[in-house]
Amino acid sequence: MTSKSKWLSAPYVLWSVVFIIIPLGMIFYYGLTDKTGAFTLENITAIMTAEHRKALWLSLLLSLISTLICFLLAYPLAMILANMKVSQHSFIILIFILPMWMNFLLRTLAWQTLLEKSGVINSVLTFLHLPNINIINTPYAIVLGMVYNFLPFMVLPLYNALSKIDENVINAARDLGAGSVHTFFRIILPLSVPGIISGITMVFVPALTTFVISTLLGGSKILLIGNVIEQEFTQASNWHLGSGLSIVLMIFIILNMIASAVFDKDGEGGIL
Amino acid sequence: MSKELVYLENISKSFDGQMVLDELNLKIHENEFVTLLGPSGCGKTTTLRILGGFTSPDTGRVFFDGQDITNLSPNKRQLNTVFQKYALFTHMTIAENIAFGLKIKKKSKSYINDKIKYALKLVNLEGYENRMPDSLSGGQQQRIAIARAIVNEPKLLLLDEPLGALDLKLRQEMQYELIRMKNELGITFVYVTHDQEEALTMSDTIVVMNQGYIQQIGSPEAIYNEPENAFVADFIGDSNIIPAIMIEDRLVNILDTRFACVDTGFGHNKPVDVVIRPEDVELVEPSEGTIQGVVTHLIFKGVHYEMEVMANGFEWLVHSTTMFPVGKQVGLRVDPFNIQIMNKPESEDEEATAIDI
Repeated sequence: MTSKSKWLSAPYVLWSVVFIIIPLGMIFYYGLTDKTGAFTLENITAIMTAEHRKALWLSLLLSLISTLICFLLAYPLAMILANMKVSQHSFIILIFILPMWMNFLLRTLAWQTLLEKSGVINSVLTFLHLPNINIINTPYAIVLGMVYNFLPFMVLPLYNALSKIDENVINAARDLGAGSVHTFFRIILPLSVPGIISGITMVFVPALTTFVISTLLGGSKILLIGNVIEQEFTQASNWHLGSGLSIVLMIFIILNMIASAVFDKDGEGGIL
Repeated sequence: MSKELVYLENISKSFDGQMVLDELNLKIHENEFVTLLGPSGCGKTTTLRILGGFTSPDTGRVFFDGQDITNLSPNKRQLNTVFQKYALFTHMTIAENIAFGLKIKKKSKSYINDKIKYALKLVNLEGYENRMPDSLSGGQQQRIAIARAIVNEPKLLLLDEPLGALDLKLRQEMQYELIRMKNELGITFVYVTHDQEEALTMSDTIVVMNQGYIQQIGSPEAIYNEPENAFVADFIGDSNIIPAIMIEDRLVNILDTRFACVDTGFGHNKPVDVVIRPEDVELVEPSEGTIQGVVTHLIFKGVHYEMEVMANGFEWLVHSTTMFPVGKQVGLRVDPFNIQIMNKPESEDEEATAIDI
């Protein structure tokens, strides 16, 4: 790299330092000290209290379920898209990306209105003399919100990976005697692993850390780890505990990243 | 001739309203090396894909070994394909790639291992079992693709421009390899290419195609020496294609000069095209030539000199080992049996093209 082109990276370096490195340093500082400024691991070990453990466990469970549902919904769709001609699929991709352009908070609020006990969906169901659904303020509503919000992040990397598979590689498998099921499990699925890993990361990580979806669709009764951390910062004003729990959450995210790096050696599926 | 293996009957195919194959009929015999030759878009790859089962024809039927296989899916056909750009399974080792078809056929482990060894030996890549496809060069990957296909002992091997991505030297080597393999294995090859030299080198039979029609089927010698129309003459090798009038049997008027020839049956005073290969034009002293001209261009090509001679308003392409400098007056002479008479093109696809591939 020449000294001239090094200068081009200056804004990015400045950005990273101010908005990534320094805040990260502050989180570690707060997380590893108590109110007097003395070093302590108490904020980290606080995750072991029953209340926090329960929140973390629920967060992991709901994120995993949401990721799985996203995967099962997205894979067939991505396959259909990858097999379409460019002129046909760009419209469908647009439909999928369109909601992403609208504010995430707004979309989640919309679901709140739709799902309310006397909300839009139940009004229609009542009108049709069908039983009402009462999933607002339950984990089901949270999973629904997660799937709805994060599905495009699963579709795009999967589509990306699947459309890269040479049609003749699939033809070759058929030519060598493989039926369509065998071709799928031995050829298409393994070749799309980079996209799968990337999609899982892009759904699992934001789902694990969300507090907006759980606040709006889960009511105040269901606490995810994201909500606990948020409350430590905003209501309890205990930045030390909030930071400590953040570090614990970060460990899970880093584990996920390591897993992605191991599986996706070529960095092919990543769209980040 | 040996037994008929494949019969394509009245095959038509169009994509988005564009006719790619029009009522194509083709027979392929056992143990034959057949090359489908033509420019891009002539329908040769579509023909191969219909044979492999990857594309179904709009009309017509495909017979294999006497059975109608038109609607049979690719995995049920007793043939294998070597794809353009190899199409190896990049997530599997070389051995796993080669074993793919055999595992599906539920062959025993020892049988599969023997076959892998045998196939790698055949393509001169012994010891590559545990390598990944990406770590191999293009030529090696192509040979693995061939090995992967032939271990299944197909009756028919389809090859879709398999040497297209290789450099000249490697391509020539692979041509000999393929001929050797064909003779060793005794299977029928159907080979698609746009490279006329490749076709002439390897084939028993060449099928020249253009715009969805078969232009000529014949041995390499027949295709080269007796092209049936201007397209074939122009596509295979260099040629002088000159409008002429067939005065009577064995006498043709080319550029207002009478030439003796050997063709008969064209009628009297009929407009025709004649093909004269550049190496068949003899340059002699002006007094000894049938017609006279002036050398206008001269290029040294290694094996021979390439010259252009302006004579009677036509620029003749001449290949000769004797050099005549630009501006020199020369006489041109052609042996009667080197003059090939063709009917005038009846349709666009039979015309000579300007494309040189």
